Amino acid sequence: MAAPTVTAPSRQDTNSFAASVKDAAIAGALTGVLGFFFLALRTEIAPGGLEVSTRWGVWIVAILIVFAGRLLLNLFVFKTDKPVTRYFSTGKSSASPRLPWLGRALGIFLFLVATVLPFLIIALFPAQQRQFIDLAILIMTYVMLGWGLNIVVGLAGLLDLGYVAFYAVGAYSFALLSTHFEFIGFWTALPLAGMLAAFWGLILGFPVLRLRGDYLAIVTLAFGEIIRIVLLNWYDFTGGPNGISGIPKPTFLGMDFSRGDDGVAAFLGIEYSTIHRFIYLYYIIFLLAIITNLVTMRLRKLPVGRAWEALREDEIACRSLGINTTNTKLTAFAIGAMFGGFAGSFFATRQGFISPESFTFLESAIILAIVVLGGLGSQIGVVIASVVMIGGIELLRNIGFLSQIFGPDFDPVQYRMLIFGLAMVGIMVWKPRGLVTTREPTAVLKEKKRIGADMVAQGEGH
Amino acid sequence: MSAAASTATSPLASWDRDPVLTVEHLTMRFGGLVAVSDLSFNVGRGDITALIGPNGAGKTTVFNCCTGFYKPTEGRIVMRHGPGQQKEAVDAVTASGLRYRAANDGSVYLLERMPDFEISEKAKVARTFQNIRLFGGMTVLENLLVAQHNVLMVASGYTIGGIFGLPTYRKAQAKAVEKAVYWLEHVNLIDRADDPAGDLPYGDQRRLEIARAMCTDPMLLCLDEPAAGLNPRESAQLNELLQFIRNSGTSVLLIEHDMGVVMEISDHIVVLDYGVKISDGDADFVKSDPKVIAAYLGVDDEAEIDIPEVRQEVGAVIEKAGKKGAGTSLHLPEAEKGGKG
Amino acid sequence: MEYFVQQLINGLTLGSIYGLIAIGYTMVYGIIGMINFAHGDIFMIGSFIALATFLVLTTVLGFAFLPVVLLIVLIISMLFTSAWGWTVERIAYRPLRGSFRLAPLITAIGMSIVLQNFVQISQGARVKPLPPQIPGGIVLMTGDTETGAMVVQLSYMQMIIIATTLVLLTGFTLMISRTSLGRAQRACEQDRKMASLLGVNVDRTISLTFVMGAALASVAGLMFLLLYGVIDFYIGFLAGVKAFTAAVLGGIGSLPGAMLGGLLIGLIEVFWSGYFTVEYKDVAAFSILAIVLIFLPSGLLGKPEVEKV
Repeated sequence: MAAPTVTAPSRQDTNSFAASVKDAAIAGALTGVLGFFFLALRTEIAPGGLEVSTRWGVWIVAILIVFAGRLLLNLFVFKTDKPVTRYFSTGKSSASPRLPWLGRALGIFLFLVATVLPFLIIALFPAQQRQFIDLAILIMTYVMLGWGLNIVVGLAGLLDLGYVAFYAVGAYSFALLSTHFEFIGFWTALPLAGMLAAFWGLILGFPVLRLRGDYLAIVTLAFGEIIRIVLLNWYDFTGGPNGISGIPKPTFLGMDFSRGDDGVAAFLGIEYSTIHRFIYLYYIIFLLAIITNLVTMRLRKLPVGRAWEALREDEIACRSLGINTTNTKLTAFAIGAMFGGFAGSFFATRQGFISPESFTFLESAIILAIVVLGGLGSQIGVVIASVVMIGGIELLRNIGFLSQIFGPDFDPVQYRMLIFGLAMVGIMVWKPRGLVTTREPTAVLKEKKRIGADMVAQGEGH
Repeated sequence: MSAAASTATSPLASWDRDPVLTVEHLTMRFGGLVAVSDLSFNVGRGDITALIGPNGAGKTTVFNCCTGFYKPTEGRIVMRHGPGQQKEAVDAVTASGLRYRAANDGSVYLLERMPDFEISEKAKVARTFQNIRLFGGMTVLENLLVAQHNVLMVASGYTIGGIFGLPTYRKAQAKAVEKAVYWLEHVNLIDRADDPAGDLPYGDQRRLEIARAMCTDPMLLCLDEPAAGLNPRESAQLNELLQFIRNSGTSVLLIEHDMGVVMEISDHIVVLDYGVKISDGDADFVKSDPKVIAAYLGVDDEAEIDIPEVRQEVGAVIEKAGKKGAGTSLHLPEAEKGGKG
Repeated sequence: MEYFVQQLINGLTLGSIYGLIAIGYTMVYGIIGMINFAHGDIFMIGSFIALATFLVLTTVLGFAFLPVVLLIVLIISMLFTSAWGWTVERIAYRPLRGSFRLAPLITAIGMSIVLQNFVQISQGARVKPLPPQIPGGIVLMTGDTETGAMVVQLSYMQMIIIATTLVLLTGFTLMISRTSLGRAQRACEQDRKMASLLGVNVDRTISLTFVMGAALASVAGLMFLLLYGVIDFYIGFLAGVKAFTAAVLGGIGSLPGAMLGGLLIGLIEVFWSGYFTVEYKDVAAFSILAIVLIFLPSGLLGKPEVEKV
């Protein structure tokens, strides 16, 4: 039906310059209307009540930016026979895209880079090594969460907006276990936390799995919020809004990353540095993520994985073939939850402190966005989306020159989520199927052909 | 096979003596609407049985009841794996409140008590759909492997063994591919095994759906309008395929509007109208049954005939059957009655 | 008893606000089958516009006669919020029409994030308090309790909210059932492709649906502002989820259902806070959502869906 061009209705009134200007003027005027109460006016708390101040400059600049941007887009993309975007657009072939080896090569390349990443960072950016390794850990955490959620959303086609609940269950399980029982360290708690999360996945999954697409999404959202509110209010158990602190750091063969004689540095005979622990943390999450990926890839080729994908394609047909759809959905939910739980434990041990604030709906939305933007069901897509969305946004912190333009008060960090949201909308409108859109078959008779996204269904409800 | 045995006058038709599926007093209501009312019929073992009737007669509803997608309001649907009527076994299971009884010589399944997936898995009743339901984004081969889910699931040690790559699973997988290839060859789709199912033309999709159903190793295959939308050549291929399936030991129950297909291959025909059975017998019996003709053509008034295709079809069939004079006139009911004496 | 009546009044007031937001959800879900996730934030936008207009009128322009001020605020915030609703649909949903199902849900979540952060950046993250503007009310009954006299009061504010809601609901119901726009909407709900073949301008009908939903949400925003006197950029999320719950509870696609659901959710929330714990009032609302969807997926007034095989 509607092509993803924003100007479909006005196509017929020629490609003329005048039409472009008129359209841009309308967009600018609309910006003026929309922005009036938010850009031109600002309500502020003043002594004796609220006060209104005006910022006409900002308002006018916004209008002009939208006008100019829209005009340029009109002239070069929307209202021209030769849009500049034609160079990026891929053909509409359903099978076998032009570069079938590209995905694989990219995957291997990324894997190799990820294996040596901390050392690359140390070598290339010695001044910011801690910050960059930290960022790498963050991205890798989202990659793992994305891969975990990909099982539920991408493969089984179950729209889960409350995935963060399992992340929270994993984090709190580890935090509570390790703070209440001395003898439980990270490596003992990790499988326990994963199991607990999977158990919660089953409990929450069981009643809701017969719901259709959007309803399932909203109920999982509700469950996610319920868990967060309980964590927030159950002071005796979870510490309420204060959270839990003093969560132990992970150990290496039973040794701490400390300066002392029994620390890892002394054991390995190298000079102590605080960066060691970050490198170690990076490799833990890297290992966990790789395990997630390998298990998922293996599961896809097993009957259960095929049943997930079949379920996404057509649930009724699945039932007619003797597949117990409830169990199949539950396994997807539980396995996805388990990986979320692992990631949660890692999060707890990395931070050393957790509180319900880290597990809001926004977090679920970010993980889901990564999965969908990457291309549902695509493992490499999750990696690309995580790097772009999380890495790109975090890099805003480093853009110092912007404050030279906008003045010293300008803090790019506060625009992070705004840009994140705009990117979500933009990428979806541009590529509704996500960045990586082909599906790889799980069994091949003679020749492996990739399947174009227009064939693949998106799960329940359609 | 059993065509000779049956007119309504003979005491017990072959399908009544050895039924694979028995529908008894089936009633299905949707709110106030009675879609199927007190329907009883048998599907003979090794037969091709056709369920026909005008649009809206309740055929698909019967199918959905038999395959567990609807829970019947009333009635019993019995699937038998062993030979004969097995009256005692059926009554025993019915009284016991169990869903089924599996035994080496004669398993008995009460389909109205079983959930849909169990009907395919345990009772071995497979089905296709009126609107084709393939896994469009999966390849043809994958579609057939999904159909062997339960076998493979056991072989993969319920996934746990499969994750560690146990040889038993690999063997089972190879065997599953073998079976898929077997059926792909029989539906002429072997060259398209690695294409996405959604890419196939309509007729191929129909055959693939049948192949997929056959990969579940059914005792009874239920086909919902398999010839709909097929051209004459494809329709003829379908006939061959159905004969082959029947001869390989699977009984077939089909809903079909194409009278050419129905009359040619069916051993037994059950006719529904407004949710009620109006005729039951072999092809010769049914096509000369005045009630059937009335249902398709209307009783008194030619103005009631609103589906010219059906009128033509029935007329042509009757002509083919050699009742000279009957097919040329539209006053069939009288002519038929006269003919029957 | 007095406590109960007071809670009942409070619940109905809150429920009216939820109901007005829920209508936006139910109309959009009915017509294009998607959860307009950004609708809660449209409500938030509406309340901010109302606040700014109110302040401009009273402090800058010096209007003093409250009924006129409120009427102008109502009209302006409806108009401007409608523009927001229209724009959100145009930018984030229309390009994806006919695309696969998840895409508009993602853009909706993206839009929700954008709107929240836009308001947070442009208006600041701190809450905006507005002192009560319409004090007073009618005392319905007084009763003696151990701690003293318990007064049951129906404030003028509550009366205005309930009355406005009733008027708007009646108006919209008439509009949907009597006008050609309403007919076009119902046609699009049934079968969009067929409607467009029959000459219904589907894009415009959908846009108008968003505009109507936004207008009602802005009314809810104004009432929320006047009733609670505190708004911030985050009020849209919770109110949105609860209003969606209300829409589902009433039966999605049904206008009276949305209102009924809104009232029920309001009552449940208020009674839960009144008799149990305030902390878990949201848990109560969310649990209701889950329970309704699981056991009564077509809601109280919705039409049941039969699974087509």
